[in-house]
Amino acid sequence: MALIEFVLVSVALLGIGIYGLAVKRNAIRMLFAVEIIINAANLNLVAFSRYVDDSGGQTLALFSIAIAAAEVAVGLALVVVAYRMYKDVDIANFRSLRG
Amino acid sequence: MADAVFLALSVLTVGSAIAALEMRSLIYGSIALMGSLGGVAGFFFLLDAPFVALFQLAVYVGSIAVLILFTVMLVRRELIFKKIEDKRRKMAGIGLMLVFLVSVGALIMSSGIHQLESDSPPIDFREIGEDFLVYYWPALVVMALILSGAVTGALVLARREVENGSN
Repeated sequence: MALIEFVLVSVALLGIGIYGLAVKRNAIRMLFAVEIIINAANLNLVAFSRYVDDSGGQTLALFSIAIAAAEVAVGLALVVVAYRMYKDVDIANFRSLRG
Repeated sequence: MADAVFLALSVLTVGSAIAALEMRSLIYGSIALMGSLGGVAGFFFLLDAPFVALFQLAVYVGSIAVLILFTVMLVRRELIFKKIEDKRRKMAGIGLMLVFLVSVGALIMSSGIHQLESDSPPIDFREIGEDFLVYYWPALVVMALILSGAVTGALVLARREVENGSN
């Protein structure tokens, strides 16, 4: 397998994520799209780390996974708060997050 | 053999990423997202990075996907199945995705990275540990603070305030 195959899979994932962010209005689905984009970036990092023979890519991928976990926790808490306020997950209805 | 595994993994990853966004039910969508994240972990195994792969399995498939499933279950039932999008926006989104895929794909194909082949031995996980503790230790400390801050922030945000009369 060559590096380019992994990079192409990563580009496909990034494209799907951009599509999801552009089209979906459900807040939880937009979080799915963000997760897919972050995974595309991680795949790129690890692939380049293997082919350039540098351990920095894997280290950065581990940092990125940990930060993504924090991001999802905060994002889901925001979705829960917004759902409690508006009884909806459609982002077009979220006018403000002040109570 | 490895090529067949690669092909199966790419079909699984890309297919379930599309399914995660397009499935009618959010619950099946989050299970498909789990499949996609697991597929990326499989790619990490193919790239001789078992440490990152297991980390991905533990953090993404183990905790993030379960967290998303629980949040989906907190949402009312009819909202789980409701699809909110309009047709024109969807067409525009597909067009944007295709333009992006074709242009970036052409850019990558014409660049020099397909001459890169690896004949070097895989990276030992000891090297990653050394990276973490020798070069990146300030970042490790900052990451710990960010994680604890994020967990505290999430708890504060999601706490149900008992006001007089409401709730």
